Amino acid sequence: MEQTKLLGAWPSPFCYRVIWALELKEVDYEYLEENLQNKSDLLLRYNPVHKQVPVLLHGGKPIAESTVILEYIEETWPQNPLLPNDPYERALARFWTKFAEDKSHTFFAYFHTVGEEQAKATEEAKELLKILEEQSLGEKKFFGGDKIGLTDIAFGWIAGWLGAMEEAVGVKLLEQEIFPGLQTWIQNFKEVPAIKANLPDHSELLAYFRSLRNIFIASAKI
Amino acid sequence: MAEELILLDFWPSMFGIRVRIALAEKGLKYEYRDEDLKNKSPLLLQMNPVHKKIPVLIHNGKPICESAIIVEYIDEVWHDKSPLLPSDPYQRSQARFWVDFIDKKLYDTGRRTWTTTGEEQETAMKEFIEILKLLEEQLGDKAFFGGDTLGIVDVSLIGYTCWFYSYETLGNFNIGAECPKIIGWAERCSNNESVSKTLPDSKKVFGFVQELRKKFGLE
Repeated sequence: MEQTKLLGAWPSPFCYRVIWALELKEVDYEYLEENLQNKSDLLLRYNPVHKQVPVLLHGGKPIAESTVILEYIEETWPQNPLLPNDPYERALARFWTKFAEDKSHTFFAYFHTVGEEQAKATEEAKELLKILEEQSLGEKKFFGGDKIGLTDIAFGWIAGWLGAMEEAVGVKLLEQEIFPGLQTWIQNFKEVPAIKANLPDHSELLAYFRSLRNIFIASAKI
Repeated sequence: MAEELILLDFWPSMFGIRVRIALAEKGLKYEYRDEDLKNKSPLLLQMNPVHKKIPVLIHNGKPICESAIIVEYIDEVWHDKSPLLPSDPYQRSQARFWVDFIDKKLYDTGRRTWTTTGEEQETAMKEFIEILKLLEEQLGDKAFFGGDTLGIVDVSLIGYTCWFYSYETLGNFNIGAECPKIIGWAERCSNNESVSKTLPDSKKVFGFVQELRKKFGLE
């Protein structure tokens, strides 16, 4: 049986996406923690184009980019499928997964900026969350339907990371009254055993985000 | 049931071109509708409410959006003719990686070669060539990125080649001199009818870019 290894770096939500997919499919793998300030030769060799984590190594062959890795995992280990069989439903799941990728810069701005720039990013982020709640999640338990799927994994950062980000920034995005659907989804997502056992520790994450936030605020004042 | 296919598109869009080529590769009949992007049709706004962008493929009334996703959809539904993705999962992952690379890097950099000036433009041109050189390395000695036949990477990249003339003229650089392999690859692609009958004329694209530049006050 071929060996599976994952190059990752705490607390990257992109790396957790891969962890969740492997855990949901009960695939044995070895996790290797990278120091992004001092990237290993292994990482530079296996992802020379982007030099980023996550990188999945299967039988010694590298796959980079989390959404590409997720599709590979789905095709290689078909048990506990993360994508539906119907091509149209698959296209929809991929559409929302891409939405998560394309819009991440807005949430990035919400966290990394101050003052007017941050106020604008906050409003944009709330609009994106509204689209998610109304047009993607709707009445479903998970983005994937009755079971967790690729899109849930792509938005997993909202369940495990957004709360700590909101605390560090001091600005709430996901108000209960405005986003009841997403709030319920977060609870359902975190209850899935493979997810529950693989979420970053809240207080560690908060400390991490607080120190990052202080750096941004300090550099914004310069 | 008779298949109904409608493509909402805009003639010079390198993203729309991907879908047109994929449909042609599969020998599919469809209704092409050119959108006025300054005055988007109610159908476009209804079928792509999230992004309001082209291309949108409407298959028996149901919309599929995002060009790379549309191409994979076409390949999955009409899987018995001209496969655009290999069957091996690892090869598929590599093809998807390079489509993702093209999407992340090429559009913005290409755009900057004709919307900026001075040092910013110089940097954009340099970066554009670097991206193409990386793609040339990936192509290697193969006829196409897909091997002996067109694949999803070829289909995703070829739409940019009708913009090369515009980038070169407005940026004052020579893509062919720096990246001859890409030019050779583009010529081989054009030997396929699905490409030659789809790619708009480079000079026509240039005329369109000139109009845009006037609108942006760049002329």
